[in-house]
Amino acid sequence: MLIPALHVYAQGPDAASPALSATTVPEAQQVQPADLAQMLKSDTAVRPLVVQVGSHVMFAQAHIHGSVFAGPGSQTAGLQLLAKAVASIPKDKLIVIYCGCCPWNHCPNIGPAYKRLRDLGFTNVKVLYIAHNFGDDWVAKGYGADKGE
Amino acid sequence: MPFLKYLRRTTCAVLLLAAVLCAQEPLDLVHKRAPAFVRKDLTGRRISLKHYRGKVVLLNFWATWCAPCQVELPKFEEWQRNLGGQGLQIVAVSMDDNAAPVRRLVRGLRLDFPVVMGDARLGDKYGGVLGLPVTYLIDRDGKVVAKFKGETDLDVMEGEIQLTLHK
Repeated sequence: MLIPALHVYAQGPDAASPALSATTVPEAQQVQPADLAQMLKSDTAVRPLVVQVGSHVMFAQAHIHGSVFAGPGSQTAGLQLLAKAVASIPKDKLIVIYCGCCPWNHCPNIGPAYKRLRDLGFTNVKVLYIAHNFGDDWVAKGYGADKGE
Repeated sequence: MPFLKYLRRTTCAVLLLAAVLCAQEPLDLVHKRAPAFVRKDLTGRRISLKHYRGKVVLLNFWATWCAPCQVELPKFEEWQRNLGGQGLQIVAVSMDDNAAPVRRLVRGLRLDFPVVMGDARLGDKYGGVLGLPVTYLIDRDGKVVAKFKGETDLDVMEGEIQLTLHK
């Protein structure tokens, strides 16, 4: 049961609108965890910049090895951090963003972060598809995670 | 000598593999004592999990940006009101990065149970809170009897609470 009014109140003025939910990311731009894990292990594959666009508390507990924090995507300050993180990156660089705070269709961070990168002119942005949460879909699968800042 | 070297290397490899595999295993707290913690809630009151021994505690990890959490919180407030007299105590741990939005939401929802700010350290104690919501049901002896992850059927959760209250 969803209480729409409460939902809007709870998220505040920076909330991602329904139009910017993770479900707005085209399927062609989504990458599955197993595929990203393989890409990161490979010596020959193009190495992406991996950016966590969710909560810093979650990032500090566990994040993809080598990823940087630049979130949360649902907040103005988080999007500014994201813009700063990619300021000197070539526009055709492969960037993979992820969150995993909650189930994919409820994530408030991915949609706005993806849009911001596209608006900044980045042409090669992918999104890690996390169906349930980062713990179950990445860490528990043994794909490799670091702790801390 | 070559055989001993081989044996040493193989043993080291096996031990390393075991360590890596163990590192991937999430901490399962069900049937174990809930890890103790002491935090100040949003009003500055000292909240110690041990203080609630003798009550049934619903320990909920949530955040203001978590949509499923927003469905649960009003229900938790209702349960606290209706079942508090039977020994239920709800304690909510916000995993937001800062307290300002949490205070706003708690005020708006008129939540009457303790809300504390969590962090990576507390999340780690509870096996890694790597997705929200996560809720632990803790019995009167301080043992975790159930864990609810993600969107949960609240009728099922309430059923477990009732069972635990009347155990």
